[in-house]
Amino acid sequence: MEASSALELILTGDATLFAIVRLSLLVTLSATFFAALIGLPLGAIVALTNFPGRHAVIVVLNGLMGLPPVVVGLLVFLLLSRSGPLGPLGLLFTPTAMVIAQTVLITPIIAALSRQVIEDLWTEYREELMAMEVGPLTRVKTLLWDARYSLVTILLAGFGRAAAEVGAVMIVGGNIENFTRVMTTTIALETSKGNLPLAIGLGMVLITLIIFVNALAWAVRRWSEAHAG
Amino acid sequence: MRVRFLAFAAAALAAASLMTAPAVAQDKSIIVSSTTSTQDSGLFGYILPKFKEKTGIDVKVVAQGTGQALDTARRGDADVVFVHAKAQEEKFVAEGWGVKRYPVMYNDFVLIGPKSDPAKVKGKDILSALKAIHDAGAPFVSRGDKSGTHAAELRLWKEAELDPAGSKPSWYREIGQGMGAALNTANAMGAYVLADRGTWISFKNKEQLEILVEGDERLFNQYGVILVNPEKHPHVKKEYGQQFIDWLISDEGQQAIAEYKIEGQQLFFPNAKSGS
Repeated sequence: MEASSALELILTGDATLFAIVRLSLLVTLSATFFAALIGLPLGAIVALTNFPGRHAVIVVLNGLMGLPPVVVGLLVFLLLSRSGPLGPLGLLFTPTAMVIAQTVLITPIIAALSRQVIEDLWTEYREELMAMEVGPLTRVKTLLWDARYSLVTILLAGFGRAAAEVGAVMIVGGNIENFTRVMTTTIALETSKGNLPLAIGLGMVLITLIIFVNALAWAVRRWSEAHAG
Repeated sequence: MRVRFLAFAAAALAAASLMTAPAVAQDKSIIVSSTTSTQDSGLFGYILPKFKEKTGIDVKVVAQGTGQALDTARRGDADVVFVHAKAQEEKFVAEGWGVKRYPVMYNDFVLIGPKSDPAKVKGKDILSALKAIHDAGAPFVSRGDKSGTHAAELRLWKEAELDPAGSKPSWYREIGQGMGAALNTANAMGAYVLADRGTWISFKNKEQLEILVEGDERLFNQYGVILVNPEKHPHVKKEYGQQFIDWLISDEGQQAIAEYKIEGQQLFFPNAKSGS
C-alpha cells in the first residue's frame, strides 16, 4: 500500500485496502457465526441444566472471557503447525486458521454472557413455563427467542473483540500480503514501518467499520421491534 | 420473524463458505519465511511480481525475525527460508533441516542515533562507537528478538569486548520487537540502535534520528536462501521452492534485486556468485 494517508486510499478506492477490509469482515463475521453456533447452545445448556461441577464450569467460562489473543494464537499455531497434531491439514497461514483462532477467542464470551442472560430470563419465566407444562426443548426455544435482542448484543460484543484483536491472527495468519493480511495486522505493520499517519488512518477506518456493523444490528432491531406482532 | 433470523444466519454461513474459495485457487504457491528487513524495505513487493509473471508461482511471505523464520521452517511451516544470519543458517543446513544454503545478496547495517549524539560516536568505526556508548551510558535499543540484526549486534558487542546483553545495565534496552518498532522506540527515547540500511531508508518516522556510523566492513550483512529439506517434511513444495531459489540467484533475479531503489538509493547488492 503506497500512500501517505488512509483518506487517500479510501478516496481513490484502493483495491488493496478494499481486499484487506473484505478479508477482515469475512474472517471476523465467520468467527462470530461459528462462535454463536457453539456458544449460544452451550450458554443455554449451562443455564438450564443442573450437573455436578456446574459452578466451576460457570467460573471457568467467565474467566475465559479474558483469554489473551496472543495465547489463543499460539495454541492454534501449535495445533495447526505441520509439526502439530492437525499439521497434515495444511491450514496454518490461511484465512481458515484465522477464523479458527478468533472462534476460540470469542466462544467463551458468547457462552458466558448468554448463560447469564438466559438464566436471568429463566428466573423470571420459570413459574409461567412450569405452569404451561411445556417440554425442555420448547422452554429453551422460548427463552432463546425472548432473549434475542440481548443475544444480538452479545454477538456484537464477540464480533468487536474478534475485529479488534491482532495477536492471534498475526501468529496463525502470518500477515501474508494479499492472502492473510487484515486491518489490525496492516496497522501493526504500518506502525513498524514508521508510517504513523497511515496507521492511525487505517485505525479510524477499522473503528468506523465496527460502528457500521453495530449500526446495522441496531437498525435490524428497531425494524423488527416495529414489525413485531 | 424466525424466518428472517434464519435467513440472516444463512447469509453468514454463505459468507463463511466464501473463505475456502481463495484457498483452493491459490494452489501454485509457496510459503517463504523471511525477515522483516526484506519485507518492510519493500524488496519483496518489487521482485515477487516479476517472479510470478515468469513462473506463475505465488510467493507468500511470512516476515519474522531470522530466529523465528528458521524455527517456522524447522516445523515444516514454510517451503523456503530467506534470512540473514550465516552461522544460524549453516547450523540449520548441518542439522538436516535445509537442503543447501545459497548466498543471494547483501546490504549493510548502520548505527542510528539522535542528531545530538550524546556519546559522540559520529564518524567512528563501529567498535569504538559501541565502546563510547558503553562508557557514556547512553541509551541503546536492542532488538532482543533473536533476529539476524540482533545476532549481528551481539557479535559486534562481543568484538568490542563488551557484554551489555549479559550485564544488562539500565541504558541497554531490549525491546523484543522488529526493526521498525526498534526505530520508533529509539526515536522516542533518543537512543542509539543498530539497523539494516534497507529498513532505515524506507522508515518514515526518522524525526531526530540519523546515521552516525556506516561503511565499516564489520557491518556487512549477507542474505542466504535455503530450501526446507523434503526428507524431513515431505509436503515441502520442492519444485516450486527450488524454482524460486534458482530464479533469485539467476542473472535475471540478481538484476531485479539490484534494480530496487528507494529515493534513488540501492538497498540490496546481489552477490550470488561471489558471496559467502
